[in-house]
Amino acid sequence: MIDLRPLIPELFLFCVSLVVLGVDLFSKRRSVSLPAYLSMAGLVVTGFLLYKFQGGRLWEGMFVSDSFAYFFKIIILGAAFCAIGSSFGTVGRMTHHRGEYFSLILFSTVGMMFLVSARELITLYIGLELTTIPLFVLAAYIKSSRASSEAGLKYMIIGAASSAILLYGFSIIYGLTGTTYIPEVTINLSIYWLSFGEIGPAFSVALMMIIAGLTFKLAIVPFHMWAPDVYEGAPTPITAFLSVGSKAAALAAFARIFCGMFVAFADDVMQPRDWGNMVAFLAAVSMILGNVVAIRQTNIKRMLAYSSIAQAGYIMVGVVATSTLGIASISYYAFAYLLANMGAFAVVTVFADRSGSEKIADYAGLARSSPVLAFLLAIFLLSLAGIPPLAGFLAKYYVFAAAIEAGYTWLVILALLTAVISLYYYANVIRLMYMVHEPNPHHIVPGFPAGLVLALTGVGVVLVGILPQSILELALRAASSFAF
Amino acid sequence: MNYSFPILSCVVFAPLAGMIVVLLLDREKHNAIRWVSTFFAFITLILTIIVLKDYNCATAEMQFVEMHRWIPAISAQYFLGVDGISVPMLALTSLLSLIAIVISFNITKRVKEYFAFFLLLECGMLGVFAALDFFLFYVFWEVMLVPMYFLIGVWGGPRREYAAIKFFLYTLFGSIFMLVAILILYFSSEPHTLNMLEMMRLGPTFSHGIQLLTFAFFFIAFAIKVPVWPFHTWLPDAHVEAPTAISIVLAGVLLKMGTYGMLRVSWPMLPEGIRYFAFPIAILGVIAIIYGALVCMAQKDLKKLVAYSSVSHMGYCMLALAAFTSVKALAGCMFQMVSHGLLTGAMFLLVGVLYDRAHTREIAAFGGLSNKMRVYTGLMMLFTMGSLGLPGMSGFISEFLVFIGSFSSYPVMVCIAVLGVVLTAAYFLRMIQHIFLGEFDSAKWGGLTDINIRETLAVAPLGILTLFIGIYPKPLSDLIRATLENIVTLMAR
Repeated sequence: MIDLRPLIPELFLFCVSLVVLGVDLFSKRRSVSLPAYLSMAGLVVTGFLLYKFQGGRLWEGMFVSDSFAYFFKIIILGAAFCAIGSSFGTVGRMTHHRGEYFSLILFSTVGMMFLVSARELITLYIGLELTTIPLFVLAAYIKSSRASSEAGLKYMIIGAASSAILLYGFSIIYGLTGTTYIPEVTINLSIYWLSFGEIGPAFSVALMMIIAGLTFKLAIVPFHMWAPDVYEGAPTPITAFLSVGSKAAALAAFARIFCGMFVAFADDVMQPRDWGNMVAFLAAVSMILGNVVAIRQTNIKRMLAYSSIAQAGYIMVGVVATSTLGIASISYYAFAYLLANMGAFAVVTVFADRSGSEKIADYAGLARSSPVLAFLLAIFLLSLAGIPPLAGFLAKYYVFAAAIEAGYTWLVILALLTAVISLYYYANVIRLMYMVHEPNPHHIVPGFPAGLVLALTGVGVVLVGILPQSILELALRAASSFAF
Repeated sequence: MNYSFPILSCVVFAPLAGMIVVLLLDREKHNAIRWVSTFFAFITLILTIIVLKDYNCATAEMQFVEMHRWIPAISAQYFLGVDGISVPMLALTSLLSLIAIVISFNITKRVKEYFAFFLLLECGMLGVFAALDFFLFYVFWEVMLVPMYFLIGVWGGPRREYAAIKFFLYTLFGSIFMLVAILILYFSSEPHTLNMLEMMRLGPTFSHGIQLLTFAFFFIAFAIKVPVWPFHTWLPDAHVEAPTAISIVLAGVLLKMGTYGMLRVSWPMLPEGIRYFAFPIAILGVIAIIYGALVCMAQKDLKKLVAYSSVSHMGYCMLALAAFTSVKALAGCMFQMVSHGLLTGAMFLLVGVLYDRAHTREIAAFGGLSNKMRVYTGLMMLFTMGSLGLPGMSGFISEFLVFIGSFSSYPVMVCIAVLGVVLTAAYFLRMIQHIFLGEFDSAKWGGLTDINIRETLAVAPLGILTLFIGIYPKPLSDLIRATLENIVTLMAR
């Protein structure tokens, strides 16, 4: 009998999603709140189970529940919780399939949890598919909206293509090493290298394909072009979930593969197949393009889409450091990003629920009519811009520290310069909210679950910025899962 | 002097407590908000005076030290302490903040937000002068930017939004170089530390290249704040568009953060850096003195004139800082920082008083105001005389010390810089002549009233202090001497 204890949180959440689906089928009222509250409660209990059943491995290490997976699962559960909490208005406007909406989010969450725990390429791939397939449906969920259908279709085509590329890369790795188990791949590649002094062009091709496949999911330039359209068209809570949950999961997979499997090939020791410089270049381009293009946006969801392209670039700055500090820093960054981005999207959702608008210009004077909402959006945006003492500042500081330690000073200077650019468009929203004297026509007081999400993320973004020690310790423990 | 009572934390966070109280008040109760803010600024001033009183001038050691664990994962500590260069700055900050709050009583637009932001700004400024940990220092340094952005952007003049974002982006641009420099120093030190005192010990052991690079990076950050020519272009916009109280604080405190940062961080920590860059810095200082003064000659707007005079006056500080081997020159720099804070703060206040009444700041629009506003004219005369370095006032002491201190290092440049004094006298006297002397247009300005009691009370401490320092500079020089001597020996390593 296999000891399934490390899998309990995933199994439980899977059952919850089935129950939510069933409840929707059999309840006559078709209300929003029952499946939604059920899902939220399920996520909280899953979090508790995660805490109880830390550690352990299954199926000879294909599935590991290490501290790195633990940390990222917290982020993923948090993202799902916030997305569902801010969905009440969006789902309330739908006429049918309300329960399925929530169960699809939960299915995707289960997929992400598998993805971050996978230490074997096939498992990782299946986790990735389970993550993205429900998201295709969710992106297209507003049937009456052409933008939403377009988003779903676009996301599906590009998602499928990128998965294919990724899988091709994996198959080449399998061909080279005869295994898909990550630790064995590392050993076999190293033996190969040490015996022959080179691995051959197939390995370079595989590296590039894997980078391409995963950076599609992370929306990093040049594989970002789907993001703005999908982010704009999808229902806002789904956009938030996409930009935080699936990004965090893909980031974890990226770290597992590159900082775990190919760690030896990041530095000068095993040149010329040096993926570090390649990823550093992609990070640089993402930060520049994401931040510069965001300035011109008039739709706040598109602006946040470009901002999230840039944010992924900042995270990659920590990835290329390939050190304990680097992994700790990207983990912390992902956590700070969860708080700020989920919070910002929650405000956007609440605002759109009331005003029906996603235009940045319509936020003018919000500080006069809804001071709390405006204040929250301001601190979320300032956190994304990296202004102390908010969580986003320490996240940037930590990532840059890791990169400087690893010798990527040029990348840090570039990243900081683009951070100055990013302040311009974040501050532009704040300027509209605070410096336009006429009050906004909409007086908005968020309802219960959305208000809870806003309160949690708002308090979190300040608290994690000022007293970050406990989160940093968790992040450092997460980094200890890697051997550098 | 060390208390068991955390007095520095109280100084730094009293304004923050005030902000929280203000936020809890009803937004319509304007007077309550004003008086609560005044109360908390006053408490802060009292606490600072206690620090000043119990400060032991005989030693260069850090005093009133508070050190606690904060974020061990990145070796950041909560580390506060003061020495001879930070105590005068703390006192100046809390005094000018109180005055700025008193002068802000005529703000009627969004009163609650205004005072809340102002108190947050005060907390940030005090924190910069008390922090001895790089991370904490940087956090306070940046925390200030946000309230400053709002204070200029919401309550400023016609081009406020442009000025606010320009200030924000420009300063942030400078800070990023500081952040990189801090990180490089952190990873160069063994064991890794963010403690400034430790770094002062370790700094000279770093390689020549690291010292020069980090020195240059710190210099960009601090030079933008001072501002040193050619980094000064944000200043005229921010100063002119900011509301009166914010101009006072900008000129009186924020500019000093640049020179304070140099004296606290880059000069003593990276002696090879200052030895290498001293000459170019002196040149920049002299350019600022002359350029600032010449630009002042051409100004039509009174507030812009005072703003550019700051560029010129901070040039003296840079010249003095470049003559880093002389305790006299550094003392001149400290005197100039205090004196410029008092004088320019007062001048911005007086410009604001005139603008409130006349709704214009165009120098050519006035004439013969001494007929109508007698007290006001007297006060303005007093502060311009102080500013142009009339003996008996603080400006004279500081300029004199700067010149004699830096003469041995840069005789030619000091000779050029002395010309700046003449130019200063020229543009200030020209301004006085145009505004206060000559024909009085009673049809146009007949309705002007003299400075009122609240405004006089606000400006009086500044006048008294500049006269006091000018006539009896010993208390201030005692306060700073031991620390400056220590810094000079640190730089001689």
